[in-house]
Amino acid sequence: MFKAVQEQAMLRVFRDWSVLIAIWSAAAMVAGVFIWLLADIAMRGAPRFDLSFLIDAPGNSGRSGGIGPILVSTALILAVAITATVPVGLGAAIFLSEFTRSGGLPGRAVGLSLDVLAGVPSIVFGLFGNAFFCIWLGLGFSILSGGLTLACMVLPIFIRVAEAGLRMTPGDWRNGAAALGLTRLAVLRQILLPAAAPSLVLALMMGIGRSASETAALIFTSGYVDRMPASLLDSGRAISVHIYDLSMNVAGGDPGAYASALALIVFLFIINGAAKWITDSLIGRRIVTL
Amino acid sequence: MKETKAPGYTIARVEQGPPCCDPVPVIEIAGLSISYGGRAALTDVKLDIYRGCITALIGPSGCGKTSLLSALNRMTDLIPGCTVEGSIHFGGVDVRDPSLDMAALRRQIGMIFQRPNPFPFSIRRNLEMPLREHGIRNRTELSDRVECSLTDVGLWPEVRDRLDSQALALSGGQQQRLCIARALVLAPSVLLMDEPCSALDPLSSGVVEDLIESLRNRYTVVIVTHNLAQARRIANYAAFFWMPERAGKLIEFGQCRQIFETPAHRLTASYIGGLRG
Repeated sequence: MFKAVQEQAMLRVFRDWSVLIAIWSAAAMVAGVFIWLLADIAMRGAPRFDLSFLIDAPGNSGRSGGIGPILVSTALILAVAITATVPVGLGAAIFLSEFTRSGGLPGRAVGLSLDVLAGVPSIVFGLFGNAFFCIWLGLGFSILSGGLTLACMVLPIFIRVAEAGLRMTPGDWRNGAAALGLTRLAVLRQILLPAAAPSLVLALMMGIGRSASETAALIFTSGYVDRMPASLLDSGRAISVHIYDLSMNVAGGDPGAYASALALIVFLFIINGAAKWITDSLIGRRIVTL
Repeated sequence: MKETKAPGYTIARVEQGPPCCDPVPVIEIAGLSISYGGRAALTDVKLDIYRGCITALIGPSGCGKTSLLSALNRMTDLIPGCTVEGSIHFGGVDVRDPSLDMAALRRQIGMIFQRPNPFPFSIRRNLEMPLREHGIRNRTELSDRVECSLTDVGLWPEVRDRLDSQALALSGGQQQRLCIARALVLAPSVLLMDEPCSALDPLSSGVVEDLIESLRNRYTVVIVTHNLAQARRIANYAAFFWMPERAGKLIEFGQCRQIFETPAHRLTASYIGGLRG
């Protein structure tokens, strides 16, 4: 009798351990792939990765020289995308979280269209951007077209993350503030936006990260030209387009592609670090707590 | 305090209020019915709230006490599907007038909630932000008002050295007193309290109860409480609500002592007696 109970207990322990090991190995696999990828790019990109690579103009279709103009174009495209995303996205997120009843028709309609948009492949956004911004609005292949196309692509994610952050703020604060005679706008400005700041920063960083690594949406909108852009209406090559071009279209372009990929990954790390630092300091300075 | 040299504004401490409460109605409620999505929660209430007194609303859960409280400062506007009928007059002004300035009304009638709800800022900013939103920007006035209201709720000695630290780090009782200070800082004349002690431990609850009692005279207090002993200790008047059918009704209103010692209505007597024994 007692022996049977013991055997059952052994079996249970064994089952617990095997589940635990499965969970740990899944996590280790994810981390492993990430580290492998990083190490591969770092090792292959490092030989050409130095200061002059970041500053110089590319030569011989990118086989020699650096990525100076490409970094400038990428930064400008990002700046356009962010400038367009933040006000529109914040407005939509506030509309969804504060001005629609959850489960109401307007909120559901906007929410559904956002979820569909978030799942649309970026190449479709590229075609749309080309038709709308480049041709219909007459902006041509330009940094402006590319940035605005990216904004369209990033908006759904930005809005959803920002909305979730705003919704997470407790209703107690809204009632408390209303009972103090604060208007809805004051509640938003004074309490909800500061409290949701970490989520808003996260939304922005996710948007930047996705924009910086986007290729398909930019090929048809901001173009291929790898010289230094003269204005926002000039064509400019984003870094991801540069990597794609070097590895697919340029024979012997791989070292340049790896070095550019390394630059992109370093940038993404900086963005993530900055996001962490900003949210931590917002929480650390006791402006917000979440 | 610093009133002696106060330029352009006056701040009065609680103990400088009128000596006792007088039976002058500040809020007159008549024919008040509240329903949620067509379902009546409270029907046909006629009730006067007297100036400077503490009026306790007692009765079982779900009989519309909190709804009544929220109707007084129009917090019911924020609840979708809630309709209020009847009349509420505050100092002769129709509270239900759609063109009424909400900010002014809610500045006059403050509200304390069941769960302490300090904003996620510093203690100082919790108090200064509402003042700023109501147009007070003078720095000395702001800090004087903050100090005065914190002194009134007895928090000043506890937090004077850490006004800039996070309000959410305070204990539950301290948070609730901060919320009361936040209401007081706007110098209201009426305070609505929705079970202000029920989320607190007995010790903090006692401190907050003493605080509420000290507000008598200078403020008109309407308090919803399920703690009958507390109502008996602090209230001047008590209103007993019950649900004869599905909707709440005001059964009896009178001086607290009379309600508890010689209730006129059978339901009042059994409710009070039942919970006492």
